[in-house]
Amino acid sequence: MMVGVESAQIGRIDDLAGDYDVVVIGAGPSGLRAATTASEFGAQVLLVDENQTPGGQIYRSVLRAQEADRRRLGEDYWRGRAIAEAFLRSDAHYSPMTTAWSIVPFHGESGEIIGHEVGISAAGKTRLIRTKQIVLGTGALERPFPVPGWTLPGVMTAGAAQIALKASGLIPEGRVVIAGTGPLLYLLAAQLIDAGATISAVLDTTPKANWRKALRYLPEFLASPYAIKGMKLLCSVLRRTKVVRWVSSLSAEGEGALKEVVWRANGREQRVPADILLLHQGIVPNINFSNALGCEHEWDERQLAFRPRVDKWYRTSVPGIAITGDGAGIQGAEAAALQGALAGLGCAVRLGLIDIESGERRAAPLRSQLRKASRGRAFLEVLYRPAESFRIPQNPNTIVCRCEEISAGQIRSSVDAGAIGPNQMKVFLRTGMGPCQGRLCGLTVTELIANERGVGPNEVGYYRLRFPIKPLRLSELASLPQSEAAKAAVLADLADTHPPKNGRGERL
Amino acid sequence: MFRRAPDRMRDQVTFTFDGNPIVAAAGDSVAAALLAAGIQACRTTPVSGAPRGPYCMMGVCFECLVRIDGVGNRQGCLVPVREGMKVETQKGSYALPAEAGQ
Amino acid sequence: MTVNRRYPDPDIVIVGGGLMGACLAWGLSQQGLRVCVLDEGDIALRASRANFALVWVQGKGVGFPAYTAWTKGAAGAWPGLAADLKSETGIDVGLDQPGGFTLCLSDRELQASVDALERLHNQPHAVAHPYEVLDHSQTKLRLPAIGPEVSGAIYCPLDGHVNSLRFFRALHAALKVRGVDYRPGHAVAAVEPKEGGFLLKGPWGEVRAPKVVLAAGLGNAHLASMVGLEAPMKPSRGQIIVTEKASPFLRYPVVTVRQTDEGGVMIGDSEEANGASLAIDHGISSVMADRAVRMFPILADLNVVRTWSAFRVMTLDSYPVYEQSQTCPGAFIAMAHSGVTLAPQHAYILARAIAAGAIPQDVSVFGTRRFHVPARA
Repeated sequence: MMVGVESAQIGRIDDLAGDYDVVVIGAGPSGLRAATTASEFGAQVLLVDENQTPGGQIYRSVLRAQEADRRRLGEDYWRGRAIAEAFLRSDAHYSPMTTAWSIVPFHGESGEIIGHEVGISAAGKTRLIRTKQIVLGTGALERPFPVPGWTLPGVMTAGAAQIALKASGLIPEGRVVIAGTGPLLYLLAAQLIDAGATISAVLDTTPKANWRKALRYLPEFLASPYAIKGMKLLCSVLRRTKVVRWVSSLSAEGEGALKEVVWRANGREQRVPADILLLHQGIVPNINFSNALGCEHEWDERQLAFRPRVDKWYRTSVPGIAITGDGAGIQGAEAAALQGALAGLGCAVRLGLIDIESGERRAAPLRSQLRKASRGRAFLEVLYRPAESFRIPQNPNTIVCRCEEISAGQIRSSVDAGAIGPNQMKVFLRTGMGPCQGRLCGLTVTELIANERGVGPNEVGYYRLRFPIKPLRLSELASLPQSEAAKAAVLADLADTHPPKNGRGERL
Repeated sequence: MFRRAPDRMRDQVTFTFDGNPIVAAAGDSVAAALLAAGIQACRTTPVSGAPRGPYCMMGVCFECLVRIDGVGNRQGCLVPVREGMKVETQKGSYALPAEAGQ
Repeated sequence: MTVNRRYPDPDIVIVGGGLMGACLAWGLSQQGLRVCVLDEGDIALRASRANFALVWVQGKGVGFPAYTAWTKGAAGAWPGLAADLKSETGIDVGLDQPGGFTLCLSDRELQASVDALERLHNQPHAVAHPYEVLDHSQTKLRLPAIGPEVSGAIYCPLDGHVNSLRFFRALHAALKVRGVDYRPGHAVAAVEPKEGGFLLKGPWGEVRAPKVVLAAGLGNAHLASMVGLEAPMKPSRGQIIVTEKASPFLRYPVVTVRQTDEGGVMIGDSEEANGASLAIDHGISSVMADRAVRMFPILADLNVVRTWSAFRVMTLDSYPVYEQSQTCPGAFIAMAHSGVTLAPQHAYILARAIAAGAIPQDVSVFGTRRFHVPARA
């Protein structure tokens, strides 16, 4: 199928095919490269993404960006243009502003999984799309930052401010405080200052002890491209705003909205009036899809997060499901793009579009670039490991589950009452049962339970997630195809009283 | 609490928030348009009634929920703002039509 | 973390910490027994976590009038159970018994429901329960939110519902108050009769007690025969849809649609006899969602936040099994699909019977003997 740049974008999901060789979810660097690569080998590819334009969060709105955005956001951001443009030049179908909310297997005659049906939804319409291979490029989330007052309006993630800057050119105004740890903290500070914002303070929560632990990874880091970039950033921020180091506790205060930021550093408590507090302590894989699919996951002690087990082609333990990019473990944008290309190549091999030997031959240079791109990350991971006190709230009143407004103290006492894991905790307290489905509390709940029980997070496990992983309207669910067996399951011998429907679900 | 870079003042669209007209840039998400207009709280929670506002801007936190053209609990950060759109504070849980109430 | 009570030599061990096990444990502790509950870990089948939270009488007991009586008794005892849990734990389980509806979307559906109730009431030794058959406009008076496709309804004034999560939490809080030795993460691999008592084993070690109750739900299937009991079950998979919280719209529970006191709407429930996997079937969700929207059109734009499926604890004839082992006295089995409705019977009557060491006459009809005699026509 020859589809040009204009027509590659499918306006309505009704116009999508019912069947694809490959469905890619997420238009960040890994998803874009996976879709482009698989398509280059002749696979029929569909890429679905929630945003208006390709790029994911890291390259958000990059195709709409102008020279001024390039100056504000830098060359690393601008590099996303080439990836997004290559994708749009490919034959892959692209369905933006589309939410993927479910993936269920369909089985062959002997019960083996022969493909999956992806539930997607856009503009109030829903469809199930069949596919042989799926690549999840669902990326990362900000690690929860449960401090007192983090639910107040005016408190946002650093990533949120960066997205607002990329997508709408929004620059925080008034008294802005940035707090937390990790390279993004300083990148954001520099970008915001460049854009003309006044930053009242950067509160660095990196624990002193991390520096000693990270030292052994320093030589490798110094040899990586991160080193020079990082030093430049740090100097540029230190020169232009107040940086407070060794911050050991933090809270946001105010009635109905943020008024003050309070912190403790070097044994001294301080407070400043603030209009905006931007929080960041690293990013973690977004595992909602892979978890709900039943893929095997493991606890990564250095990244302090669960990640799906993947092989060298980024295949998960569930046949036909690959996950690539930060969703498979945080490696950054450059690595994500390379992983995406490998996953796309893997799809082409499994679809029989190229033989395994040529696949391996083409994969070799990608893998060697990937090794290069991963250099220096160990140092960053160890140095920017968030302190326990910022991951496992000590203050019993700190809200952990923002949706159901459940505090750390309630969770601790429920462990004592017998809720030894996050799924029993749901039954006791409704944690993770709100609309965010645990995305903002899952890791905190796991680590709190582990802490209270004196065991590792791996032993505690994570929420078992359920479809739909993103909400969809009841009427959309009602519009899906209904088999006779499905009707019989609900109505037993009265199935014929249920009006017949056609394949798309509209009543005849 | 946010201002817009002058170079990003492109095609303007007008929508209302709780009845007040707001001018946004085409392509803005509803949540971004509200932040640009100085609105930080866009909903109250169903549990305690506490005010909340956009937190992640990437569709995962569900803090930017608003009522859009009469439909409750829409994710403001994922819906592009459109000319004439009627956006309202999401007060507590999803409000079903009043005639159903008993 | 406070140290939980540990009995090295409990009087009785209950296998399973779901609604059945927790009700029995609470009841047995009230009888002065030192109770130990062995429960599975965080990930388990746990039918109790997937229930629909109805306290339901309507239509129960076709072919088994004693079950109608048992269920009616349960509904009548529920206010007492809720009050006891409230006074012991401070937790309000949200019991509400305003009566409940079965809504029908065609005349044939309504007729089928009426026929079933007539069969129930016309059977030998029938135990009656009150009900009304309503047409569309009569239904609309009590449920103003129904749509035009609702052709009628059955209303039974005895029906109601609870907040099942708070009920579960209240039971566990009550176990703590009563000093029950609750051990999560203690799946039981084997039960052995030994020296006039029982030895329970698992990867965690072993526990010995003079009495044991198998309340392990689906897990009873592999434990029962070890102590001369039977757990005749059939597969039954159900699926449920849950929406985001909404403003109150439904004063009464409907057998397939209820609004929790927190605002969420639960929609269920399907039944499949052949569902081997717990993967969600979107076709079934679609039928359930479609029917819910036709019953209550105002729900159309409400967001679904979760769907799930679970295996019911379904015996061969779908009625409860309570029994003491003939060959290993002191070993009991207790299993029932309606763990919420029947909770007071389990917490009070059944727990007392087990403490006394004998199942009374009126409860013994729920023994497995019924599966071995030819069915009376």
